[in-house]
Amino acid sequence: MQEGGEDVGATVAALYRSDSRRVLATLIRLLGDFDLAEEALQEAFSAALAAWPSSGVPRNPRAWLVSTGRFKAIDALRKRRRHEAAAPELTRLLEADIPERDDEAVEDDRLRLVFTCCHPALPPDAQIALTLRTVCGLTTEEIAHAFLTSAPTLAQRIVRAKAKIRDAGIPYEVPSPADLPGRLDAVLHVVYLVFNEGYSASSGGALLRTELSAEAIRLGRLLVELLPDPEAEGLLALMLLHESRRAARVAADGELVLLEDQDRSIWDRAMIAEGTGRLERALRSRHFGPYTLQAAIAAVHAEAARATDTDWTEIVGLYDVLLAIEPSAVVELNRAVAVAMRDGPAAGITLIDALLARGELADYHLAHSARAELCHRLGQRAEAAGGYRRALELARQEPERRHLERRLRELGTA
Amino acid sequence: MKYLCLIYDDESKVNTMSKSESDAFMGEYFQFTEAIKQSGHYLGGEALHPVHTATTIRMRNGKVSTTDGPFAETKEQLGGFYFIEARDLNDAIQIAARIPSAKIGSVEVRPVVDFTAEMKAAPPASQTAKA
Repeated sequence: MQEGGEDVGATVAALYRSDSRRVLATLIRLLGDFDLAEEALQEAFSAALAAWPSSGVPRNPRAWLVSTGRFKAIDALRKRRRHEAAAPELTRLLEADIPERDDEAVEDDRLRLVFTCCHPALPPDAQIALTLRTVCGLTTEEIAHAFLTSAPTLAQRIVRAKAKIRDAGIPYEVPSPADLPGRLDAVLHVVYLVFNEGYSASSGGALLRTELSAEAIRLGRLLVELLPDPEAEGLLALMLLHESRRAARVAADGELVLLEDQDRSIWDRAMIAEGTGRLERALRSRHFGPYTLQAAIAAVHAEAARATDTDWTEIVGLYDVLLAIEPSAVVELNRAVAVAMRDGPAAGITLIDALLARGELADYHLAHSARAELCHRLGQRAEAAGGYRRALELARQEPERRHLERRLRELGTA
Repeated sequence: MKYLCLIYDDESKVNTMSKSESDAFMGEYFQFTEAIKQSGHYLGGEALHPVHTATTIRMRNGKVSTTDGPFAETKEQLGGFYFIEARDLNDAIQIAARIPSAKIGSVEVRPVVDFTAEMKAAPPASQTAKA
């Protein structure tokens, strides 16, 4: 198959976008070294650009790229260690046979990579950075921007994490069944943090945030496909159900729109259908956890055609189960709001006051704004204004601050 | 790979154990040591006398300074160690988690630097010259 140079260029670029992370994952397994594998990946794609215009695009381009990358790495090692012909890693590389691997095996390499990047022996911020850089292929600048860090700081974090993987002997493998539950939790946690960073309006441009959430959903799909686990499926359902509301969450002027005020006609129905389908599968397993329960709560909202149709009794019941398996003051706050929707604002205020009295949420802006919202509904204007002002002192994210300022203006007490 | 598992205990907890508790604790240590010898992970291991027996040495400007106690005062003190051979960090973590003190104190797992490549590369003369 002969193709013109321009066509080959476009083919290689498309392959880079679609397959470079898979090729990298396999090269890391074969070479046992992140940096060597990254160099080999770049070399393999350069080699493709040079060779394919005359030789044609090979039948299995990914296998070609892996094999070319591996030989480039062996060359590089040979040059580096000219005086040590019998260096053990070189021998191992030369002897390692790489059978024609099917797609399933290639995907296993990506899963191994996720578990390596999310190893609990690495610091949490490094786990996120390394996963986004290595598994998702985001640039250091993109990740730094999304997490409000400088690019050099982030690069340093990644360098240190790679050094620890190498020096401490963090293996490149899916954990043994005995260790899997705990280790999978760590991976799900990283995926959810990435999603939330993309979903909450904390930082970065809208485009980048959408991209982060999309990456988290892609990782979620990868986990579900390769490692059937109810909580992984529950997390994917949760992300899909939240993501389905993205367009409705922000008004044309960039302001946040609360769930009850959202235009439900623009919720993404396909995502909701997939999310609820996956949720049902996770629930049927009877081995689900907090992500599945949160997805179930999101699904109750998704099922309500209008905000007033919401089944708050069902939601309070789900929060009760969630609290039983994972006690948390923030979940108690959400439950209090659901109780207010079911039994009236006064019931919610009583619960929130008890929570605030315990002190854990005293500096949590959403506790004060939720209480203010309920006071507002009861016509307690001074109480409401006080709560909004306290929330405004604590809130850090611009869209949330603007929302609180607007509420204060509506009360005429700004 | 070789790892050093540094065992940190809260000595006050260990000291307040009853005779039967402390016998049981020691029994767990003997069992564990025997088990990792059987599995081929064991390279060495010792228990240390309590931290009040420690002495810290510094050499500054050609003068030796000797002070009582450890370098830093912390709630948990170094109480012993195991030197192990493990496949990788996951293997080492599994071993470290079985050290009886992991239940009441903590275990720090540190990979040991492998100098074999450097030793081969450098001529022996430079090694002795430095010494």
